[in-house]
Amino acid sequence: MATSIPAGSTTDGAIQVGQSAQPADARVSAAASYDVADFPVPHGREEEWRFTPLDRLRGLHDGTAEATGGLRVEVAAPEGVTVETVDRGDTRLGRAGKPVDRVAAQAYSAFEKASVVTVPKDAVLSEPVRITVHGEGGTVYAHQLVEVGRFAEAVVVIDHTGDATLAANVEFVVGEGAKLTVVSVQDWDDTAVHVAQHTALVGRDATFKSVVVTFGGDLVRLHPRVVYGGTGGEAELYGLYFTDNGQHQEHRLFIDHDTPHCRSNVAYKGALQGQDAHAVWIGDVLIRAVAQGTDTYELNRNLVLTDGARVDSVPNLEIETGEIVGAGHASATGRFDDEQLFYLMARGIPADEARRLVVRGFFAELVQQIGLADLEERLLAKIEQELEASVG
Amino acid sequence: MATLEIHDLHVSVEAENGPREILRGVDLTVKQGETHAIMGPNGSGKSTLAYSLAGHPKYTVTGGTVTLDGEDVLAMSVDERARAGVFLAMQYPVEVPGVSVSNFLRTSATAVRGEAPKLRTWVKEVKETMEALHMDASFAERNVNEGFSGGEKKRHEILQLELLKPKIAILDETDSGLDVDALRIVSEGVNRVRETGTVGTLLITHYTRILRYIKPDYVHVFAAGRIAESGGAELADKLENEGYEAYTKGGASE
Ligand SMILES: Nc1ncnc2c1ncn2[C@@H]1O[C@H](COP(=O)(O)OP(=O)(O)OP(=O)(O)O)[C@@H](O)[C@H]1O
Ligand SMILES: [Mg+2]
Repeated sequence: MATSIPAGSTTDGAIQVGQSAQPADARVSAAASYDVADFPVPHGREEEWRFTPLDRLRGLHDGTAEATGGLRVEVAAPEGVTVETVDRGDTRLGRAGKPVDRVAAQAYSAFEKASVVTVPKDAVLSEPVRITVHGEGGTVYAHQLVEVGRFAEAVVVIDHTGDATLAANVEFVVGEGAKLTVVSVQDWDDTAVHVAQHTALVGRDATFKSVVVTFGGDLVRLHPRVVYGGTGGEAELYGLYFTDNGQHQEHRLFIDHDTPHCRSNVAYKGALQGQDAHAVWIGDVLIRAVAQGTDTYELNRNLVLTDGARVDSVPNLEIETGEIVGAGHASATGRFDDEQLFYLMARGIPADEARRLVVRGFFAELVQQIGLADLEERLLAKIEQELEASVG
Repeated sequence: MATLEIHDLHVSVEAENGPREILRGVDLTVKQGETHAIMGPNGSGKSTLAYSLAGHPKYTVTGGTVTLDGEDVLAMSVDERARAGVFLAMQYPVEVPGVSVSNFLRTSATAVRGEAPKLRTWVKEVKETMEALHMDASFAERNVNEGFSGGEKKRHEILQLELLKPKIAILDETDSGLDVDALRIVSEGVNRVRETGTVGTLLITHYTRILRYIKPDYVHVFAAGRIAESGGAELADKLENEGYEAYTKGGASE
């Protein structure tokens, strides 16, 4: 039967065509900067903060969160890869792009050491680079750079576990013709707060694939950004999230088509269940006047499994040139309702299996599209686990 | 021999101004191999009877009994009823995004049969049944009922009927919304199942049209939440000529 409690909202996407008077980041209220002092303390009504519960950021946004905590970072890399810990003055840092909001700038202004992983040019890694980030409680400001030299190919898996209040910038510098796949798994304890900007600079003819998987945390707010350093660049941004009771999981994407003949493809899918589960997805794509031949598509789908969960999904495509190959977006929020449950049960399928069938089906296509065999198993197992935890 | 016995069944739904009784004492016995047509005007409670037998949570049984071979059906959950052999082909089948027809059918058959069907014979079984129902093979990869036309949804229901081989099949207006060709194809599917002799069929319909293809043993006129008259196939002819007027006048629930 149809329930009357609203499951969430899907805001219709906006496609704006024509010369725009807005700054490059239409949704950001201040200009990008490395310095936290350049950003006013957000009050919550700004476009880029309006969905985020600021009171749960533990002071990351207003300068009150002192770095007191610990983070255990371990990097396991195949031979040939350089792993370093460098001072904040290292000139390689900050090249992918500037922080665009107050928390990212706070992280940039406050980190002491950065971790740098370098894949030399032409190296084709047979094994992924594995970065495990384990929070040991308290506030941490962090910085990570992954640089892949020209024509190199690498997969980097970043795993976040434990408890932390973490603000971070992660930079990816992808050289000409290189291929980088980054998997960032947020498998935090339910107490963690994680706010990070992931900035990718995609070189000429390079391919960047980002897979963001968010299961844990009290509040997770990730901001993957892509800018292109040359023509022929390609970015694929995939995301999966499973938002439970009381969790706030926010994924904000920005793809800046500032270079001709580049491609981008975005697909994020999330399932929600439980009281006050809140997922936010913002997909901003800007095709600038110079970016002729751009091909872009973005999609967000949400599946609401129970009452009490809320989704805000806002795709936004801004097009300043008509000379493009394609541009589109889709966003939809559906719910697994009692009628669907009844239908499946009326065919002999027990309730918990019915729910699993629907959720697995919902994610399966995306997991296949991501195309990383070992990750596939792990993701499906993790989804099962999430389902079980919340059913029980 | 499987027997479904409905005795003095009373069912209410939660309406805006409190519970509202829809079924007011239904008595009916359906045996394996028999076909009972239930005919009645709009709103007389036919779907309510069908859903109540399947266990839809919207309907509250306030009195009476339903047993299948002596087992208390009303005490079973929805999935237990299906596994016990009760099948409901729905008037308005539900879309289930994200679940492919092939995955759905296999999961369902596994649940109902108690073990996963052997893959090779299963694939063949599904393919042949779909062909018999003139369903394109591509339906197997589509999501359950998503974007199906009205007629395609009904074929999909009958596909499940054929694969799940229930003891009692309740077909709620399977004929409505079908053109003549589709009606014939769907009826042939129902008849294939009936010819096995192992299913008792409760054919709910508003029109006599489908009875040209599916010959009932008994016809019951449903009005105001109960069976108003029962007879053989000839009762359908009477309804065809005279309509439901005799049953709705004065006896209406409104
Ligand atoms: N939630 C509800 N609140 C109030 N009345 C309801 C509710 N659900 C069903 N009814 C009423 O119950 C009555 C029986 O409905 P039902 O769907 O069983 O009829 P039907 O015989 O199947 O009709 P049709 O031929 O149109 O399919 C109708 O008058 C309907 O309006
Ligand atoms: Mg009906």
